[in-house]
Amino acid sequence: MTVRIEINGRVYEDEVEPRTLLSDFIRHQAGLTGTHVGCEHGVCGACTVQLDGEPMRSCLMLAVQADGRSLRTVEDLAGPGGELSALQQAFTEHHALQCGFCTAGFLMTADALLRRRRVEPIGEAEIREELAGNLCRCTGYEGIVAAVRAAAAEY
Amino acid sequence: MKPAPFRYEAARSLSGALELLAGDQDARALAGGQSLVPMLNFRLAWPELIVDLNPLAELAHLDASGGDLRIGALTRQATLQRSDVVAAGWPLLIQAVAHVGHAAIRTRGTVGGSVAHADPAAELPVALTALDARFHLRSRDGARSLSAGELFQGALTTALEPGELLVEIEVPASPPAARTAFLEHARTHGDFAVAGVAVILAPGEHAAIALLGADAVPVRAAAAEQALLNGAGPGEAARLAAAGIADDYRRALLTTLSERALDQVMA
Repeated sequence: MTVRIEINGRVYEDEVEPRTLLSDFIRHQAGLTGTHVGCEHGVCGACTVQLDGEPMRSCLMLAVQADGRSLRTVEDLAGPGGELSALQQAFTEHHALQCGFCTAGFLMTADALLRRRRVEPIGEAEIREELAGNLCRCTGYEGIVAAVRAAAAEY
Repeated sequence: MKPAPFRYEAARSLSGALELLAGDQDARALAGGQSLVPMLNFRLAWPELIVDLNPLAELAHLDASGGDLRIGALTRQATLQRSDVVAAGWPLLIQAVAHVGHAAIRTRGTVGGSVAHADPAAELPVALTALDARFHLRSRDGARSLSAGELFQGALTTALEPGELLVEIEVPASPPAARTAFLEHARTHGDFAVAGVAVILAPGEHAAIALLGADAVPVRAAAAEQALLNGAGPGEAARLAAAGIADDYRRALLTTLSERALDQVMA
């Protein structure tokens, strides 16, 4: 089946099998390898991307279901010259990553949260609640929560 | 960890979807995919045909204009969670849906999918059981409506026949004085619950308690409900609610959770 999927403002058109997962389309067919694939059953959060601005697991959607839809992946966060977004900069400053495997998922989850809540101040409990769907085995999460809190002012 | 091959059809209309489901004994309806796609990835499910319901906007309504809340089966859990209408009239659903997976799961996960999947650890079936919801089913050949007790048959098992689809959930309004609580215990936040309880109480008027983890299906605690209407306090009603559970650990959990929930609604 032929699908046309817009990712980060560019349309990718390709042939897929019905069983092709969106996460595999993003990595193998669109070539956007910033999105990582961990557990492939919706538990780890590494493959989180944004669909209509909302965070979602790209391993739990078929590529055919994204036909005609618009997605955003971690590659869209940095500026055209590669300059880091405020959230990415905060991650580096607060030691919010070590091995980096989970980072793309955390960034896309946190970015969606901060965009949705840019009007009202956001508390630490809400940040922790929202990030609970992403697993990190390196940092112990404290740096990640601190980075999201710090970046909230920039949104 | 990739699905086995299957045919894929995106539904163009409800009648078209029912026709597709009726025409293939090995077809599965795909709603939010937050349980079915993991099962495909694990190859615990290997349907011949996937009928994707997601294009059916007619199944994604959330409407309280008639007094009862009518939830289209394809309504996203995130939509339910953010609904002011639901928060005002059916707060138990807001309290329960907050425990469903994580934010990124609720973005795609649907209310109807959660019901039709019938996981014994799922929160929404328990809340809907407490709320005396009616479940409206359609098939190519007809329509019928079931209560929670009729629909939920066992772990991952419902009364849905092959070719039959859950299309709408109808939730009656609670008395204006009713207060609600949903509490659960899970090993980590967002993980499958070990035990949980949904409570609705309007003193002297209406009492409902539904338990998660007491059995493979949601269980109404009828004796505890009657005791509450007769003036029982949280401790006595909670003991009655969990009294029939054989497993010591689950009985202890459900006694404590029930008492805490009743403390909340009676405070």
